[in-house]
Amino acid sequence: MGKIFATTNKSSVHLHQHLQMVILIVMSGITLVSFLLSLSAGSVPIPLEQVLTILFHKEAERATWVTIIYDFRIPKALTAALAGAALGVSGLQMQTLFRNPLADPFILGISSGASLGVAIVVLSVGTANTSLLAVTGLLSNISLVVAASFGAGIVMILVIFIAQQVRSSITLLILGLMISYVTSAVVSLLLYFSIAERIHAYIAWSFGNFGGVTWSQLWVLGPTIGIGLFLAFLLTKALNALLLGETYARSMGMNIQMTRSGIVLSSAVLAGAVTAFCGPIAFLGVAVPHLCRALLRTSDHNVLIPACIWVGATTALVGDLIAQAPGFSIVLPLNAITSLVGAPIVIWVILQRYRGTFSL
Amino acid sequence: MNEPVLTTENLRIGYSGRGGVRRIIADHLNLTLRSGEVVCLMGPNGVGKSTLLRTLIGMQPPLAGRVFLDKTDLATLKPREIARRISVVLTERIEVGQLSVYNLVALGRYPYTNWFGRLTPHDEAIVQTAIAATQAEHLAGRYIHELSDGERQRVMVARALAQEPQVMVLDEPTAFLDLPHRVAMMQLLRRLAHDTQRAVILSTHDLDLALRSADIVWLMTTDGTVYSGAPEDLVLSGAFEKAFANCEITFDRYHGQFRFHYSPVHRATLLGEGLIRKWTSHALERIGYLTSSTDNPTALRITISGTEQQPCWHIQAKGHPERCVYSLHDLVTLVREMSPSGN
Repeated sequence: MGKIFATTNKSSVHLHQHLQMVILIVMSGITLVSFLLSLSAGSVPIPLEQVLTILFHKEAERATWVTIIYDFRIPKALTAALAGAALGVSGLQMQTLFRNPLADPFILGISSGASLGVAIVVLSVGTANTSLLAVTGLLSNISLVVAASFGAGIVMILVIFIAQQVRSSITLLILGLMISYVTSAVVSLLLYFSIAERIHAYIAWSFGNFGGVTWSQLWVLGPTIGIGLFLAFLLTKALNALLLGETYARSMGMNIQMTRSGIVLSSAVLAGAVTAFCGPIAFLGVAVPHLCRALLRTSDHNVLIPACIWVGATTALVGDLIAQAPGFSIVLPLNAITSLVGAPIVIWVILQRYRGTFSL
Repeated sequence: MNEPVLTTENLRIGYSGRGGVRRIIADHLNLTLRSGEVVCLMGPNGVGKSTLLRTLIGMQPPLAGRVFLDKTDLATLKPREIARRISVVLTERIEVGQLSVYNLVALGRYPYTNWFGRLTPHDEAIVQTAIAATQAEHLAGRYIHELSDGERQRVMVARALAQEPQVMVLDEPTAFLDLPHRVAMMQLLRRLAHDTQRAVILSTHDLDLALRSADIVWLMTTDGTVYSGAPEDLVLSGAFEKAFANCEITFDRYHGQFRFHYSPVHRATLLGEGLIRKWTSHALERIGYLTSSTDNPTALRITISGTEQQPCWHIQAKGHPERCVYSLHDLVTLVREMSPSGN
């Protein structure tokens, strides 16, 4: 009797896992389609079949199209996909580590650190009467990336140091929040004493943008995110154990301080790299994990991490596609668009799935 | 005699705070936990039961002395090695959301699986066995958040079992359960201990259940002593009375239960027999009346009449008209109104 029950239940569990695999494969397909669409759309529309011809044969009806695709659209689409995946996974890790559904990749102050780095460069370098031309020169992409990386990196090292010292993750969370407040306060002060042009330049950065990343920068961004994601995969088992809380995790033999540092490192590398190259992209980090849990109906990180990669990449690609406002000659701020379009979708999915009860 | 699996040697437990300030909770503990036995750890709130449990599982370092697991000093073992021999069930209600029961129990294989947590067929078989041993087969495909408290606790035991421990430690596993589920949980733990020769130690406040199902009781007192013995031994030696000594209750050694310390201020005569008499006396004791059956001249005199199904109580009191009531609630209300002190 017991044996019969055991086998039927085991097979039902396995059937569920089968279904999850199918959903993951469909998700990756949707990501690929969004990727191709984002290559096709833009201020110069390129037909989809021409996009494919360019990708496979490096030739098209018009030579400029090849240049547009290879020099602008592929780097941008790759950046969007990488950033979306990174933020999704980073958010998932933070939500599990802090057992808090509101946690996001920036909860430990990583983006505030990056913002401070950028603010220092944009707002305070040179005297107030430096010519505007010099300011524009300073705003060259690469100096912003360096400044943001420095800011994010310093906060990251600080947070990892704290993570090894404190016993409770909640303490870490509160200290991270405090770091955020301090850096934001310094940014506010810098903004207060700055001239309008510089403030505008800073705000433009804070809107977020996937378009500024060149091929050579992609060679930095790609591997960095690759390392962060690889770390996240290594931490899958630990993240699952952390679902039970830190005491259970310890009782199963986990070294909590080391695991926590690993999670913070992975999450901070992912969030820091994205912020450095694309600005502080809000929303994706908190929304994508929820969307994945709702779609796959699981808290198992073996499934959620790949899901967050695909859903994160798709969401970022689609968000960017809409921000380009195809057919119009304007580009909308990316941050506003992802939230504006994404939030109603997430609200709808979550209401559909949970109807009252909610949990991580 | 069963093999000792967990022993303590002059163990001193407590906390070391800042600046070397120490709070010692208990000292010179020489306890033995044997395989195949269920030990109930009992004692008043705040006496340090959780501290003792945490020290025994290596989550809190002892202030002095040592804990031996299979003759190996616990302090020399790696967390993973301890996790392969000791598993825990905590009081806290876990919120894991969308994890199936099967996946949750499979987490118990954590100290055995590889870096990625991949389950081998051997692991899966053990997970199945753990689910079957706790009679949770019908729950395997369900989500944790759909379970009742009783089912959830059963699944947490299955998870602890999947860790294949020599010692299973449970912190108040029956705290949120109703009586039938508490009994079922204890029977499950007894069965697991006796059938699979594991040692089970649980903390509980449920005296009745502990007396009925524990092989050994460890009784902690506020002065830091831990009495160890068969529950009946501790009853006879008066250890329970010492452990829970305070002015509100006393331990009734004869019935093996606690009695409220009523200080009767009034006397009443109660005429009647049997079950109805027992519970009438019980009700009157609650409001401060000591009853006697001899017809002394007391201010209050109650006579039970009627049938077992439809009893009635005649109340005669000085300065009041004679009354007749049909429930003990009415009786208590009326007697309270009549009572000279307004009690």
